Amino acid sequence: MKKFIALLLTLALCLGCVAAIAEPVAKENVKLGVILLHDEDSTYDLNFINGVNEAKEALGLSDDQVIIIRNIEESAACTETALDLVDEGCTIIFADSFGHESFLLEAAQQHPEVQFCHATGTMAHTAGLDNFHNAFAAIYEGRYLAGIAAGLKLNELKAAGKLHGEKPLMGYVGAFTYAEVLSGYTSFYLGAKSVCPDVEMKVQFTGSWYDEKEEKAAAEALIAMGVDLISQHADSMGAPTACENAGIPDVSYNGSTIASCPNTFIVSSRINWAPYFAYIVNQQIAGEPIDTDWTGTIATGSVVLTDVNEAVAAAGTVEAIEAAKAAFEAGTLHVFDTAAEGFITKDGAAVTSYMADVDTDEAFTPDTEVVADGYFHESEFRSAPYFDMQIDGIELLNSKF
Amino acid sequence: MAQASEHKEPLIHLSKRTGVAPLRAWLIRLAAVALGLIVCGLAAMLLIERLRDNPGRIGEFYYTFIKGSFSTSRKFWKFLKNLSILLCISLALTPSFRMRFWNTGAEGQTLVSVLGCIAVDFYLGGKIPEWLLLILMFIAALACGAVWALIPALCKARWNTNETLFTLMMNYVATFLVSYCLVIWVANGSSSLPKLKTGKLPTIGNDYLLIILIVLLLAVGLYIYLSYTKHGYEISVVGESVRTAQYVGISVKKVIVRTMLLNGALCGLAGYLIGAGLDQSVTVNSVGGQGFTAIMVAWLAKFNPLVMIITAGLIQLLNQGAAQISQDFNVSGAFPDVIVGIILFFIIGCEFFINYQVHFRSRAGQEGRSVK
Repeated sequence: MKKFIALLLTLALCLGCVAAIAEPVAKENVKLGVILLHDEDSTYDLNFINGVNEAKEALGLSDDQVIIIRNIEESAACTETALDLVDEGCTIIFADSFGHESFLLEAAQQHPEVQFCHATGTMAHTAGLDNFHNAFAAIYEGRYLAGIAAGLKLNELKAAGKLHGEKPLMGYVGAFTYAEVLSGYTSFYLGAKSVCPDVEMKVQFTGSWYDEKEEKAAAEALIAMGVDLISQHADSMGAPTACENAGIPDVSYNGSTIASCPNTFIVSSRINWAPYFAYIVNQQIAGEPIDTDWTGTIATGSVVLTDVNEAVAAAGTVEAIEAAKAAFEAGTLHVFDTAAEGFITKDGAAVTSYMADVDTDEAFTPDTEVVADGYFHESEFRSAPYFDMQIDGIELLNSKF
Repeated sequence: MAQASEHKEPLIHLSKRTGVAPLRAWLIRLAAVALGLIVCGLAAMLLIERLRDNPGRIGEFYYTFIKGSFSTSRKFWKFLKNLSILLCISLALTPSFRMRFWNTGAEGQTLVSVLGCIAVDFYLGGKIPEWLLLILMFIAALACGAVWALIPALCKARWNTNETLFTLMMNYVATFLVSYCLVIWVANGSSSLPKLKTGKLPTIGNDYLLIILIVLLLAVGLYIYLSYTKHGYEISVVGESVRTAQYVGISVKKVIVRTMLLNGALCGLAGYLIGAGLDQSVTVNSVGGQGFTAIMVAWLAKFNPLVMIITAGLIQLLNQGAAQISQDFNVSGAFPDVIVGIILFFIIGCEFFINYQVHFRSRAGQEGRSVK
């Protein structure tokens, strides 16, 4: 036993030494470089720009301490830009798009003295680099909350006899059949199901993160099928616009669309990146290491909901969301609750075990058991979502993407 | 009578110039660039917040333009590398343009070559020796580019289809082909292929030196091919007049197909340099519109391969300068496009004044006053 304690202490000491390698950087010497896939026109990138600016204000950084570079492809151009930013004296370099990751990693290998942070990526925990980090947020909790608003609206329509079919039916416009999207629409669906047990959902994929025409067409196709409400995970105004035109309620994403859709917008969830930017800068100033995988939560202020549009939402929506939010923070509520009977089923059977592909490899082999203690542990083994199960109640209209 | 004819004279009329002295033409072009830069400065004063508040920083604005390509050695190498890739695609287009075969499909021909070479890398990488892999990737890239150019060429030769529309549509087919392959290749469904670990072109000295040298050699080689060989002569004759070509016994169909094969294969080389030399990955944006920019590069250089080095350099200088402005002044991503657009407008516009003379109607029946 003593030997074990001694070993533990030595280990702790060693880890302490490694951590101590991260030298504190004076605040005025910190320089943040941000690489974006698109620019302000994309709601996704705009969300990052707003996050950087908010953190910059809060930390009191000067204009010269933040460099934003827009329109960088997911190619060698990303490595090149990162190296340019190193030349500019950046101490932290951040990239916002999933496809940037392998190219950013290359720059990280060349410059161990600079910190590299990547949003939505999956490679940091297996890359073995001290200066390469991933970050995401538990947005599935935000979507669950937004789903509650959707479920209550469906209940209201049902009570008023205004459903298009017999059962409440939701439509969802997704980008790709990728875990981030699957995790998103499933948690949205479960949020709705938690208050409206007989709800069903149809999902239409567009095969693009930003394609206004396709997203609008997908939403219109869903409306033609008789859905009662729509939500989306893609970055344009396509789906919200189609909803406003047809008078179908819409739960949006990435930010409020109330300005252009006042008669159909209910609520929107989004990730606020400002807490993460503040976190990485503060860690560097303090000389502390940045987490390899950082998952923002409701508590960190990373998962946020816009104001509920009371004109469209059902009565009691705000209170129901607040209650669920408190339960999330207290740890008593879990989105992917596999213990509750009939809540999550696959082919009619309860889910008791699931092997997820957490460690990215070329064959995408499942490697980690993620169901335990009665729920699916999303974003715990790494920050990026890995829930990619297809559960009962959700029908995929196309899955080629 | 005299009065009546005077009333009918339009306010402005144009006449074609014959034989403008090259020096004069270049002076006009230089003036156009200068004018373009001044208008850019004015646009910047209007649109950029930091300049509007502090107009004294306008000097910094122009300095930033240069900074984009020359402030660090890395930026200079990047400038040379980007110039080379753009030049390579422009050179690829040149033979067909000289033949007046208006190939607007360089984007797709290059993209499909990137796809071909990455497909070989994806399926065979790590299973065969690297040198063999690189050779196979090279063959695949050239073959893909050539096939993509050959299809419209055959249709043109056989049925006299419109090559501009045909090659343009082939671009879309190429883009969707890439989307399709990415869906199949990327098992996690994100359609984002991480950088492959194999199939990297070796480097000599600087990372980009090999690419730059290859394209430079190509420029010289193509100049010789077009100016001093029988093939080059045949291309020019077909371009001048198909009838003449037929009269002197040149097989027009053969020349069209052969030239487009060359065009496609050279786009294939560009695709190989992008795929194996730089990215080791493919996306629908791997070529990023350079296939269209190349048309302008080739046209501005009057299809002379050596002059293209200058025009490609100019376009690249503009691109990097404008991107640097977006970075330093923290303005929206659309601003660089505005800057590049303004300058190109002046450059292309000035060609009009080089080729045509503008006459204004005189006031009192005097001889028409002419400008430039």
